[in-house]
Amino acid sequence: MTSDSHLEKILEQGDFAVTSECGPPRGVDPESIRKKGELLKESVDAVNVTDNQTSVVRMSSLSSGVILKQAGIEPVLQMVTRDRNRIAIQSDILGAAALGFNNILCLSGDHQKFGDHATAKNVYDLDSIHLIQTVKQMRDEGKFLGGDELKGVPRLFIGAAANPFADPFDFRVLRLAKKVAAGVQFIQTQCIFNMERFSTWMQQVRDRGLHEKVHILGGVTPMKSVGMANYMKKMVPGMDVPDELIARIKGVDKEKRAEEGIKIAVETIQQLKEIEGVHGVHIMAIEWEEMVPVITEQAGLLPRPEVN
Amino acid sequence: MIIGKGKPIKDILTMIENLSKILILGCRGCVTVCSAGGEKEVGILASALSLARQKAGKALEIREMSLERQCDPEYLEQIRNIIDDYEAVVSIACGAGVQFVAEKYRKIPIYPGINTNFIGVTEQQGVWTERCQACGDCKLYLTGGICPVTRCSKSLLNGPCGGSANGKCEVDPETECGWQLIIDVLKEQGRLDKLEVIIPINDWSTSRDGGPRKIIREDLKL
Repeated sequence: MTSDSHLEKILEQGDFAVTSECGPPRGVDPESIRKKGELLKESVDAVNVTDNQTSVVRMSSLSSGVILKQAGIEPVLQMVTRDRNRIAIQSDILGAAALGFNNILCLSGDHQKFGDHATAKNVYDLDSIHLIQTVKQMRDEGKFLGGDELKGVPRLFIGAAANPFADPFDFRVLRLAKKVAAGVQFIQTQCIFNMERFSTWMQQVRDRGLHEKVHILGGVTPMKSVGMANYMKKMVPGMDVPDELIARIKGVDKEKRAEEGIKIAVETIQQLKEIEGVHGVHIMAIEWEEMVPVITEQAGLLPRPEVN
Repeated sequence: MIIGKGKPIKDILTMIENLSKILILGCRGCVTVCSAGGEKEVGILASALSLARQKAGKALEIREMSLERQCDPEYLEQIRNIIDDYEAVVSIACGAGVQFVAEKYRKIPIYPGINTNFIGVTEQQGVWTERCQACGDCKLYLTGGICPVTRCSKSLLNGPCGGSANGKCEVDPETECGWQLIIDVLKEQGRLDKLEVIIPINDWSTSRDGGPRKIIREDLKL
């Protein structure tokens, strides 16, 4: 075991893991995080706290994660390289470990152009692969990037993202291989709506033997409405929403469309459980956290297993 | 070359608001080639400023002049005898030229008449695009002759990120994904294996991050 992470224990004991995520508030109220956390608590093994996702300013993932921890929930600290250089990144990693974080998700982050501060300067001193290397070096070698020794190492379970739906498709598995070589231990994928493409990607993952080196958690997002499906298809970078899926939601009565979205999410999870090398799911119910207990229940993922 | 683009006339009018006698100084280097700050543009700017000031009822006397380069001291000497006749200079050289004029002639204000945008190429007549960020440690040998620092919107050394779709960058549907370009060329050359290797964490000290840069060539010094 490389950390005290509950998520790592679940995965290492061979259980199918469930993670979810919560977006911090655009203000100082800790209650909204606690509320989201409480909704997820019994249904998942760990909860990601997003780091100024879509480049919109929110409460920091570090502080939001502390609030989750206080409520007895295991946070996964998302960290993007967009806003911090290597000095700030290493400093935050130390702080996170001191505050009891056990998991980190290494990301490059959405470009600031998408957010509410499009005139900002970005940093990108490191990329997401470098961030994985950084955490690993600090943890396993006890050294800063500059070479000095740490006084006490951060025992963090290292995660990253993968998007099998971005281009160029054939390169996607090579990029995963680089993340694995850098030291990533678990992967949460982009939302899976195109199961055919995901299955092809997983085949490539297995062909390279990567499924034995990293735990892959498939990304699942329930669609609330046709509007949301269209929005994700057209507006969200790197999202692959097939027309058939939109047609299926459109095909039911308006008041039953959310229910259909949940049904699709449950079916997706059931399909993912059958794919060799998929070790869990990451449910991103965007501002719809109350549905995570429903989805996990229907997908037969409850109760969550105990760890030794 | 260095690519620039003229500032809006109203901005320049604001800079010279209370002045009645100015020198507009062009440069025959890069900014001539990219049609931003050469002799021709000096003429166009002078006419536009004159016209605007006539309309406003505030006459403006303008001298038009262009130097071979504004980034070399020897050429800057050519204005030493005349500069005192003017209240200000509007230089339409790149930012280096504007600053070098300002450095050599400290008595009057030197105003920038163009914005300096990037180091780039003429892609086609009237279209210029960026190619180099002058990071000071060229990695083009690793990336098929395409610079990830410049061409990737996030300057990722191990891209592409999850926002690459149909060869385009997530930031702008008109912008090509730099990493798609890198992969395409390495594929064509049968060198995709180059990308299996992680390009290590970068030393940015050779870039602007190390502070203003300087090159000294002892073999060339007089």
